[in-house]
Amino acid sequence: MLEWRRRREPSTLMLALSPLIAIGLTMLLGMIVFTAMGYDGFHAVGSIFLTPFLEPQRWADIGVKGAPLILIALGLAVGFRANVWNIGAEGQYVMGAIAGTGVALLTYDMTGWWILPAMVLAGILGGMAWAAIPAFLRVKLQVSEILTSLMLTYVAVQLLYFLVRGPWKDPGGFNFPQTRMFTADQTLPMVLEGSLVHLGIPVALLLAIIAWLLMEKTTAGYAIKVVGLAPAAARHGGFSAARTTWATMLISGALAGLAGLFEAAGPFGQLTPQFPVGYGFTAIIVAFLGRLNPLGIVFGGIVLAATYVGGEIAQSTVRLPQAATGMFQAMLLFMLLATDVLVRWRIVWKRRTA
Amino acid sequence: MTTAMLVSILMTLIAASTPLLLASLGELVAEKAGVLNLGVEGMMLCGAVAGFAVAFSTGSTGFGLVAAAFAGVAAAMIFAVLALSLMANQVATGLALTIFGIGTSSLIGAGFVGRTVTRLQPVFPAALSEHPLLRVIFGHDILVYLSLALVAAVSFFLRRTRPGLILRAVGENDASAHAIGYPVIAIRYAAVAFGGALAGLGGAYFSLALTPMWADRLTAGRGWIALALVVFSAWKPGRLLLGAYLFGAVMTLELQAKAAGVSWLAPEVLAMAPYLATIAVLTMMSLGRRTGRLDAPACLGKPFSAT
Repeated sequence: MLEWRRRREPSTLMLALSPLIAIGLTMLLGMIVFTAMGYDGFHAVGSIFLTPFLEPQRWADIGVKGAPLILIALGLAVGFRANVWNIGAEGQYVMGAIAGTGVALLTYDMTGWWILPAMVLAGILGGMAWAAIPAFLRVKLQVSEILTSLMLTYVAVQLLYFLVRGPWKDPGGFNFPQTRMFTADQTLPMVLEGSLVHLGIPVALLLAIIAWLLMEKTTAGYAIKVVGLAPAAARHGGFSAARTTWATMLISGALAGLAGLFEAAGPFGQLTPQFPVGYGFTAIIVAFLGRLNPLGIVFGGIVLAATYVGGEIAQSTVRLPQAATGMFQAMLLFMLLATDVLVRWRIVWKRRTA
Repeated sequence: MTTAMLVSILMTLIAASTPLLLASLGELVAEKAGVLNLGVEGMMLCGAVAGFAVAFSTGSTGFGLVAAAFAGVAAAMIFAVLALSLMANQVATGLALTIFGIGTSSLIGAGFVGRTVTRLQPVFPAALSEHPLLRVIFGHDILVYLSLALVAAVSFFLRRTRPGLILRAVGENDASAHAIGYPVIAIRYAAVAFGGALAGLGGAYFSLALTPMWADRLTAGRGWIALALVVFSAWKPGRLLLGAYLFGAVMTLELQAKAAGVSWLAPEVLAMAPYLATIAVLTMMSLGRRTGRLDAPACLGKPFSAT
């Protein structure tokens, strides 16, 4: 009979292989589920997972959607490593955009090279400030950061609605709930002229490499891992759990805020009620798909971005509703968590003994 | 304030509190068995859409409720297989379940947006349920009474019965419970299933009772508030009842203020109220206690394997 045996050490092969197995299983399950729901399952999964990669004109779009996912996931992964569960990245993302937009509206009639950097700084600080609240409550009062960070997401989204419907509404916008369009000095420059590829994409890739160096090659990165894996040992080793919580929350808030600002000053060019699209939640899947490793997260970000792009394709090819993308992404996370068991356990065939 | 107004406010309050009470009571039982299922919001949405779809196609709200409970259990079983059998991280699995519930409910519900069903009807005859005064007591639907009865039942079960004691033992010290010979994983499966059924019903309360019309993400984060309520209750059903009704009051206040058109307060600020209140309550809970980790079950969220 089959039996699970605990491995002495986690399998490095499976660590790398299980995300790929999970993707394969998700495609299979997706075909079954979508077919059962009355759609053309085979072509639905093909559209979601393969078409975006096969058609070069979609690649820019993958980059545009991947950049915020990668940025947010980089920060989340640092926290998850230390057992700090910031699941309110969506709120920090929105607050980053709000803070950056605040600067944009203040500098509306000004010009200068300094305006965009000021917005970036505000975006980072906005995200950090929003993440500082759950960090403070966790460190000082042991309030679970899971619930507080998530609650603050709802607050941030309502604040966004309030601002775009009220004080920040574009005076020349025919009463639509949206801010002014940003000026040229307030918009992210394009890396490739005439394409969608904005500065945020190379920045996300660069930050992934920096994050990898920090996590793998510095004592600070080591401390974060130890605090997560063995809190008691970390205490004896002189690594402070409180400081780790602060650091990881602020880093993830900063990156989520930066992603929000990039999105506002890039693809959106203004704030609208449609701004929060759930990147903060999808980034959680990206972080896990990337095995909480910064370079893996680049891979994970590209895969999840492709499902967004592919979800749009599937809407037109097989009339699959947009919501299917979210369900598909969740199935991927389920499969990842399921195949994770292969890292720590192996299956052996054992003859039944009397 | 007239009596009629007071009665109407109380009715709203009870209706607003009921889904919170159902979902959080289910989660309380799961957590008492040592399982932290953060997928409450997802299970509620699965229940909401299943309940609505079945009620819409059969014309029977009763069938809808049964379907909602089953959908909640089905969603909970995905969690159980991953977190209990495959020992996946419970926080991550719960989050995945919520993301799954949001996607699935809006995919299935895509064909129902804007459709309506018959609202869940009061249990008692019109003479009582529409009486201007007595309707505060007799004017509710089955789920209101069920939720209240379940508070008493769960409280009795956990404190006074042997299976309840075993369930608590599994949550407090899984290794010892296993050593004595109790099937830890099976008990946790059962507790998670119970949590799923109640979350499903709580979700269906939104789609079949509060606003019997399908809308995307209609639970609006109430599943997360239910999770916070369990912390607030210090894992005691009686205090959970208090907490759920307290939050029902906050939401009623929000609705009343909106209806009255309080002009100096933006509707968005009012919509923030339940979430800010949750943070405030969690903070106060921590301030009020000086020792230990609240009263959380000792094995909460920790995976268990017999080998």
